[in-house]
Amino acid sequence: MNPALDSGMAPVATPWFFYVLAGLAVASGVAVITRRNAVHAALALIVTLLSVAGLYLMLYAPFVAGVQIIVYAGGIMVLFLFVIMLVNIERSSKERRFNRIWPVGLAAACALMALFVSAIVKGKTVLADPMTGKALWPDIIGRLPESSNTQQIAGMLYGEAGRMGQYTFAFEIASLLLLVAILGAVIMTKKKI
Amino acid sequence: MVPITTFHYLIVAAALFVLGVIGVLTRRNVVIVLMSIELILNAVNLNLVAFSRMWGNLHGQVFSIFVTVDAAAEAAVGLGILIAFFRNKETINVDEIDLLKW
Repeated sequence: MNPALDSGMAPVATPWFFYVLAGLAVASGVAVITRRNAVHAALALIVTLLSVAGLYLMLYAPFVAGVQIIVYAGGIMVLFLFVIMLVNIERSSKERRFNRIWPVGLAAACALMALFVSAIVKGKTVLADPMTGKALWPDIIGRLPESSNTQQIAGMLYGEAGRMGQYTFAFEIASLLLLVAILGAVIMTKKKI
Repeated sequence: MVPITTFHYLIVAAALFVLGVIGVLTRRNVVIVLMSIELILNAVNLNLVAFSRMWGNLHGQVFSIFVTVDAAAEAAVGLGILIAFFRNKETINVDEIDLLKW
């Protein structure tokens, strides 16, 4: 085991990586909601998704990072691009981008951000448990097994050693949800049912 | 430099979430509203994975996979509704979708 993990800092996860990835994610997130052309917004969203996948890697979640790249950047964004090409973007790219009450929406979102930041900053100092002196989110970082991440997630999802995993039932329900979504999308887009 | 802690990830996730909320509340194009919802779900995923790292167990990561499944289902159904609507009314602007408005 790597002794550098004990101090909370991983060898590759230098702060610079975090700041570059976070800045890229937020900047292209701004591009998503401000671009006039929907194709440009979709490409900016792909950049955001890939940066967030990099942040997952820094958090020692390689399987979630792979799912993010394959399912989001590879699957969902292709679906978005197809739909953008099916619907008429010529007309909407000449019209107003924002609706009439956009100042209200912006003010509400800024209030929400202030609420989030105050709650997050407070959680750093406020003690969750006065007995042990633990903060809500302490600076210390727990240790995750790096080499067997995918294996352990599979054990929780599918079960291991002949027993059902903790999330096996939820996993089956999720597959049912996907089946219903497929049927819904097909029926919705058919001209005549 | 300060080491990166859960606090930093929470701030980034809050920023992504608020960007998504701004997109949902202010844009007129339905496709971009759906993309903003994807931004919101990604912010939630980032929070879950950051907390999973903080507590040192994998429950947050498993839950973020379920959120991804939900996002895929939502995108498929939402875009299906969008295509069906575009076929009827030739528009993808949110403020012109008011058939159910009293």
